Amino acid sequence: MSRCELMNKISQIQFVCVELNLYINTHPDDTDAIKDFNSYSSRLNNLIEEYEQEYGPLLNFGISPIDTGSWVCSEWPFE
Amino acid sequence: MWIYEKKLMFPVNITRPDLKMAQALMAQYGGPDSELAAGLRYLTQRFTMPDDRCRATVNDIGTEEIAHWEMIGVMIKQCMRGASVEDLKNSGLLGSFVLHGRSVFPSDPNGVPFTTAYIQSTGDPVADLVEDMAAEQKARATYEHLMMLTDNEEILRPLRFLREREIVHYQRFGECLEIVQDLMCRD
Repeated sequence: MSRCELMNKISQIQFVCVELNLYINTHPDDTDAIKDFNSYSSRLNNLIEEYEQEYGPLLNFGISPIDTGSWVCSEWPFE
Repeated sequence: MWIYEKKLMFPVNITRPDLKMAQALMAQYGGPDSELAAGLRYLTQRFTMPDDRCRATVNDIGTEEIAHWEMIGVMIKQCMRGASVEDLKNSGLLGSFVLHGRSVFPSDPNGVPFTTAYIQSTGDPVADLVEDMAAEQKARATYEHLMMLTDNEEILRPLRFLREREIVHYQRFGECLEIVQDLMCRD
């Protein structure tokens, strides 16, 4: 996947996670939603790892390893 | 604690300058019903929100609003990209250019700088949640006004996404209001 395709995929899966996260906040007993959330969350983490291997760290403050690239050198979303 | 993720929540790619829209978008960047106002409002209300479900909701929606605020900032910057000083001089952004250059400063389309007087946190969960629901509707209306001003798909796509988020947030705040009212009836 190209950088752009991979980023779009991450955004799509992350959007599902944001939606489910907000829904579960007010419906904490919905086991189906929790199952979906865990499944999408695991897909999201795999995609982020794949992205970082190729294009460098996506998250700061220790969440992403920096052996895959430098935090300061990769492009900012507001560039 | 917050972690920054080096990406936008939804892709923004505006390829030609549009100073009119740059100015109009300031409504959602530093206006009374802006994403900045939304984020500050909800994150401030966290400290007095009762119930775990409602605390989580204001925390997480407040966080999402900051990501929306970033998107609007990028949209404004991209709408100004490639514009000459002459273009800025002849646009509604003349005052903004004099004061802030090409920076993306939180003020409304009329140049009125952002103020926390736009937001409220009363410490009363019913008052706060009703304010939040109204804020989401006001932001939805503002997005609809913005969408009437352009037929550029590059601008419309992120605006549609952001408008839709207001509706979802309104729904979640409505559920929080029910939760809080149930709690109060029980006490």
